[in-house]
Amino acid sequence: MVTIDEKKMIAKEKVNNPSLAKTIWREIRHDKMALISLVLLIAILITAYSSPLFINQEQLKRVNFLETWEAPSETHWLGTDDGGRDVFGQLLLGARNSFTIGLSVTLIAGLFGLTVGLIAGFFGGMVDNVIMRIIDFLMVLPSTMFIIVFIVIVPDYSIFAFVLMMSAFAWFNKARLIRSRGLAERELDYINASKTLGTPSWKIMFFEMFPNLSSLVIVNMTLTLAGNIGLETGLTFLGFGLPASTPSLGKLISFATNPDIVQNKSWVWLPAALLILVMMLCINYIGQAVKRASDARQRLA
Amino acid sequence: MIKFILRRTLIMIPQLLLLSLIIFVLAKQMPGDAVTGAFMGNPNATPEQMESIREHYGLNDPWYVQYGNWIGKAVKGDLGQSYTHKQPVTHLLAGRVANTVTLSLFVLIVTYAIAIPLGIIAGRWTDTWADKLIVTYNYFSFATPLFVFALLMLFLFSFVLGWFPSGGSVDVRIETGTWAYYVSKLKHLVLPGMSGALLATFGTIQYLRNDIIDTKLKDFVKTARAKGVPEGKVYTRHILRNSMLPIAAFLGYEVTGLIAGSIFLEMIFSYPGLGQLFIQSITGRDFTVTTAIVMISGTAVIVGTMLSDIILSAIDPRIRIE
Repeated sequence: MVTIDEKKMIAKEKVNNPSLAKTIWREIRHDKMALISLVLLIAILITAYSSPLFINQEQLKRVNFLETWEAPSETHWLGTDDGGRDVFGQLLLGARNSFTIGLSVTLIAGLFGLTVGLIAGFFGGMVDNVIMRIIDFLMVLPSTMFIIVFIVIVPDYSIFAFVLMMSAFAWFNKARLIRSRGLAERELDYINASKTLGTPSWKIMFFEMFPNLSSLVIVNMTLTLAGNIGLETGLTFLGFGLPASTPSLGKLISFATNPDIVQNKSWVWLPAALLILVMMLCINYIGQAVKRASDARQRLA
Repeated sequence: MIKFILRRTLIMIPQLLLLSLIIFVLAKQMPGDAVTGAFMGNPNATPEQMESIREHYGLNDPWYVQYGNWIGKAVKGDLGQSYTHKQPVTHLLAGRVANTVTLSLFVLIVTYAIAIPLGIIAGRWTDTWADKLIVTYNYFSFATPLFVFALLMLFLFSFVLGWFPSGGSVDVRIETGTWAYYVSKLKHLVLPGMSGALLATFGTIQYLRNDIIDTKLKDFVKTARAKGVPEGKVYTRHILRNSMLPIAAFLGYEVTGLIAGSIFLEMIFSYPGLGQLFIQSITGRDFTVTTAIVMISGTAVIVGTMLSDIILSAIDPRIRIE
């Protein structure tokens, strides 16, 4: 029987222990750079994701040889590319595609890494040993090369296959991180108590252990999100990413493999390069704030 | 210690075998085989002829026989024939490997030359303007994708300012072996090398800064100060001696990043190294070359991590126990 006093105590404790979201918000508000980054990133994302409303996607794909390589003007804010397609429209749709793919890779890899890490950390012993040996091996593979090779040999190549390919090489570090914290967590009383009560292992893993590791997961995911967007645009830049018909930042930048374009037609690739740079820096500043929020010793606020 | 080295070296053997097996399976999945490659553009080849050549080269054998042959040859240094370049792969790779190793060494040296002093400054004078500047630079180098940064460097220093050549590894008009030849080589190295190095400093700076901040509050440092050791010496003799050793050990782990980086750097600066050849071979469907490059890179990473593990365990005996 819980008395009213105890209820009050619990309520009070909840006030004193603000949720992670609240701490993150307080931390971001306190750090000017993170706040600017957040506002800027949200502005970029809203523009990019709402762009299909005011950009004619069909027209963006149509090749128009009368308007190739036009310099920025009123009709084409950032000029046109080799097929007379509007660069500004491609930039917005590209930013949307890149962010969506980066986010999906982060989520898929995060989910898989989390599951593997929790299994290794929760069971420990032999299970942990086998999983870790496999991860040790996967980590020494030259991943960029393998992703490219996989992309070339996969029979019906699609955006989904590309996302899976990238995720397949993005989960090892997460699994290792979760596993090392999980190993410490499994020795604690609440896990043992649950085991004694006969709770199934998967329930303990996902509903009891995971909430205690969630801040770790969130920090890691925000920090790797930028990296995944960078890798996606990088691969597309090399010609091993999104199909050529999909507008993407990497494709715009890949025009810069021709010296004439690098120098004389910089409106095609420079905005995309700068946009990636700005997005990465924003995500990273926010990520650093999230990281500090998750560790009370580092907090500024 | 010897036991650890032995065990660590033995782990390498299954790793290498597994790597070669995966690469072999992938190579088999790639469209076309050696014979279609060799007869590409030869309309006189009949299917029967091609079949008999397949039989002759053992391409109809079961996969484990083929795998055995491939590995046996690879160990002896025979990596097959390149079909676009019509020469042995080993031949083709030799010059490329030298170029990539030169570039990677340049990147490594510059990385440490920048990162170690900056890490020490940031760690020693925490929360000064210098530290804040270094931490900002570190955020930047962590967040920036290599290919974007390299392109901007190329644009700025090669096209706008015209200080450095925009591609290649050496000026072709200069005679090999002369003084001007080496100067030209170095000039071609600076831009790709600096682009790689400026972004690679992240890990070292971060590690050194954190480690120095932790160490400078430890008891043995306080003792040294209490005994009247000058502040400069406290750092060089007491703190840095502890913090610097692992950096030497991490060298081997850097190989992974260097290989991934070389693909982008060499493509952007059209630097004739392994990374560029890898992309060229894969777009040109010259898969014997692709396979050989992936195998070499994988081996380099495996050997690199092994060396790092051994050096680390020599420095820190706690690692050996596990």
